[in-house]
Amino acid sequence: MGEHLPILQVILPLIAAPVCLLVRHGAVCWLIATLVSWLCLAIAVLLLMQALDGGTIRYQLGSWVAPWGIEYVVDRLNGFILVIVAAVGAVVAPYALRSVAEELPERQIGLFYVLYLLCLSGLLGITITGDAFNVFVFLEISSLSSYALISMGRHRKALHAAYQYLVMGTIGATFFLIGVGLLYLMTGTLNMADLAEQLKPLAGSRIVLAAFGFIVVGMGLKLAVFPLHLWLPNAYAHAPSAVSVFLAGTATKVSLYVVLRFIFTVFGFEFSFAGQPFGPALLILAIAGIVVCSLVAIYQDDVKRLLAWSSVAQIGYMLLGLSFATALGLQAGLLHIFNHAIMKAGLFLAMGCVFLRLGSCRLEAIAGVGRQMPWTMAGFLLCGLSLIGVPLTAGFVSKWYLVLAALEKGWWPVAALIVLTSLLAVVYVWKVVEAAWFREPPGTAGRVGEAPLVMLVPLWIVVAANIWFGFETSGSVDVAKAAALALMGAVE
Amino acid sequence: MSGGELIALALLIPLAGAGLIALAGRRPNLRESVTIATALLLFAVNVRLAVGVLDGETPALRVLEPVEGVPIAFSIEPLGMLFGLVASFLWIVTSFYSIGYMRANGEARQTRFYACFALALGATMAVAFSGNLLTTFIGYEALTLTTYPLVTHHSDAKSVRAGRTYLGILLGTSIALLLPAIVATWMLAGTLDFRAGGIVSGTASDGVVLLLLGLYMFGIGKAALMPIHRWLPAAMVAPTPVSALLHAVAVVKAGVFVVLKVIVYVFGIDLLNSSGAGSWLIGIATITLVLASVVALTKDNLKARLAYSTVSQLAYVVLAGALATQWGVLGGGMHIAMHAFGKITLFFCAGAIYTALHKTEVSEMGGIGRAMPVTMLAFLVGALSVAGLPPGGGTWSKWYIALAAAGTGHLIVVGALMLSTLLNVAYFMPIVARAWFAPQAARPARSVGAMAAPRESGGLQEAPLFCLIPLSLTALGCIALFVFAGDLETFLAPMIDGLSTRGR
Repeated sequence: MGEHLPILQVILPLIAAPVCLLVRHGAVCWLIATLVSWLCLAIAVLLLMQALDGGTIRYQLGSWVAPWGIEYVVDRLNGFILVIVAAVGAVVAPYALRSVAEELPERQIGLFYVLYLLCLSGLLGITITGDAFNVFVFLEISSLSSYALISMGRHRKALHAAYQYLVMGTIGATFFLIGVGLLYLMTGTLNMADLAEQLKPLAGSRIVLAAFGFIVVGMGLKLAVFPLHLWLPNAYAHAPSAVSVFLAGTATKVSLYVVLRFIFTVFGFEFSFAGQPFGPALLILAIAGIVVCSLVAIYQDDVKRLLAWSSVAQIGYMLLGLSFATALGLQAGLLHIFNHAIMKAGLFLAMGCVFLRLGSCRLEAIAGVGRQMPWTMAGFLLCGLSLIGVPLTAGFVSKWYLVLAALEKGWWPVAALIVLTSLLAVVYVWKVVEAAWFREPPGTAGRVGEAPLVMLVPLWIVVAANIWFGFETSGSVDVAKAAALALMGAVE
Repeated sequence: MSGGELIALALLIPLAGAGLIALAGRRPNLRESVTIATALLLFAVNVRLAVGVLDGETPALRVLEPVEGVPIAFSIEPLGMLFGLVASFLWIVTSFYSIGYMRANGEARQTRFYACFALALGATMAVAFSGNLLTTFIGYEALTLTTYPLVTHHSDAKSVRAGRTYLGILLGTSIALLLPAIVATWMLAGTLDFRAGGIVSGTASDGVVLLLLGLYMFGIGKAALMPIHRWLPAAMVAPTPVSALLHAVAVVKAGVFVVLKVIVYVFGIDLLNSSGAGSWLIGIATITLVLASVVALTKDNLKARLAYSTVSQLAYVVLAGALATQWGVLGGGMHIAMHAFGKITLFFCAGAIYTALHKTEVSEMGGIGRAMPVTMLAFLVGALSVAGLPPGGGTWSKWYIALAAAGTGHLIVVGALMLSTLLNVAYFMPIVARAWFAPQAARPARSVGAMAAPRESGGLQEAPLFCLIPLSLTALGCIALFVFAGDLETFLAPMIDGLSTRGR
């Protein structure tokens, strides 16, 4: 059993999905999805622990030996990402029960869980596989299911948002496929480890360079790198609440993982950073994304959309860490992947609770809601403080390491910028807090009650994680450090 | 009990108190009893700690290590102990005063008020006892966040706007300037601990030291150096007990306290002297203390006048630190306590006047001394102490600061200090004089609410006893500090031991 964990990680949700399709009954599907999500989390944690103790795990699918067969590989980096994805899934699944029942028509509820499980399976698959083409396959599984999930949003605009994402996502996936195709053309292999070996003598090749460009830009679209982010705010704002939480915590993180995997493992550090101005380009895009999108977030009236813009800005911080091309910078970026997953998941979870009760997340609608839903909004506040980077929250720790990494390079202006842009986060978080607590509720609204426990408990688990990982950082920081060193170690 | 456990208690008592206050929300008498009990307990713990500190102990507590090499740690030196003692003692007095004020004025949301008050005191303790810069920063930010609901207590458009200014300036400066300064200190020194003699000396050029000092001084927005003082007048929209304890004692003193700690334990006064960075700070502090006094003169609203007076007085402490001598540091430390008692008395009086007569503007206060003799007498004592005249405790702290300025040859600064004292007299004494000697104003048009129900004019019309007794107590405190200033000096002595005796 133990040695089959890598395949179980992916196959469990993949099998559970058609089972749900056959059952079709909302509550039963929910139960299956929840149990599977929890099992996935358990498997992911076990895998990460194995990877941390005993080094990289390699699993040959159907016992076909590596460069020919498909291989699943778990090392410190993707073990870490697997845990993030599975953890967000494990929190979202129970939460979805009430949220989805409220927001979706009855006949779609079963289908929702089918799609959710497919999406989870796709994301886990992208992360765990050691085969470049396999990444594309899982990418399509997760993307197609997420287009459908987003289109389930209650407002008609959700269809438009899903369509927009579909178009951009497909372009991204196609670019990625072209890149992988070019690599195959040059090397005749699709296995990542093998690719890395075969690409070494081809460093000067223009075709490899083109492949690099296609892959990075293609994944950049999925990752919502500024300025390829235009699909994201609409998608997050109009999707059903549970989907917003799930995608905000996982989808972009996994795409970022793919970028990391390709530039460090497949193409290699030398090729990516030393051979071309990739670092500076990334730096500029990251900074532009942070500044522009934080500013845009300030002017949003809909809290979910505000959070979505903030997500694009936060992705900028992760890329910023990467663009330093140092172990410390990479560590900070990886840490922020994790910390951002928990803070943004918490914020979207809280907004899902508000949406359940008020049917809207617009600022004028949530006026005064802090007194009516104290637990929900207290959770929002704590996660918001984490987003700003207030000490004793997870967000502080990642900002701290980012600033240290910038200073280590001697880039004072960048360090100053990281700090100053936190102030923009203060402004947009505080807009929500002020509306929720210090404004009178609109006259038309009746009193609403607190969100149900089945939603509050997941929210507060995430809130507790935000506090816990702000205090006790040995878990998150050490794993991020180990992963960063492993990535950098491959080159030094 | 060990020192560490006592520190933990001092941090947890206000937290627990806040929780209980929230639980007791529906029963006001029980709720207020909890507040008082919490305040008394906290003070008792502080006294117990102070006894240890007097014996030369350094109670310390280490909690966790969120980022490598920087634990959350607490360690008490004399100045922090003094700050903790003053804040926790005045909390008891303020709690009684709050009961009188909040009930007499029929304020809403009192549970939130008392709970946030307790939390703010917890944050104050964290600042006072912090053992390194990161812990200080955490307490400092917590203090901003916990006092924000108090500033916006009335929840109307005006207070929300003021709250924005408050939060914007305090959070803004601390994140944009103070935090980078802390990170830079970490990069330079490899530690964030407070150590006698400082930690950055020998690690940076004079230019960098100057830049770092600038980041710290303007990053610690709570010290209200001009031009980042605007949050303090804005905070005056809060109910008066908040202005009294938090915006005359806890919050602003946390600011200047951190300034002193940074000067003494991070830079070290020798470095400040040798790098020449100190003279810039002296200049800015001197300008602030004169300018703010001038602005205070122009304010008709009593609380606004007091707020600008506070800005000016805070600059005294910064100046004292910037002079970087034993006497300066001593004077600065003493001034934290002296000004606390004086200014809280003045705010208590302002609140009492508002409660009893519903007057907020100085120009309306003609003849009120006959209606409120006790209050106005206390006001006189408080004003004398703040101005630095006998029999107020402020005399001594200003004395030392002036000595330090003279000893280091800053004659212009000595002149500015004297000018400021004159200005103090000029903006306080008209209030007192008008209250006693001017004819009583016609029945105020602004009297609002049931509280101002017309009574016989000319008769005694004091605020409730719950207000009156606390303000008399703190006024007596001002006089006591004048008499017992020597003990205060002894208490602070270990802090200045070993500092340079230049210009002593």
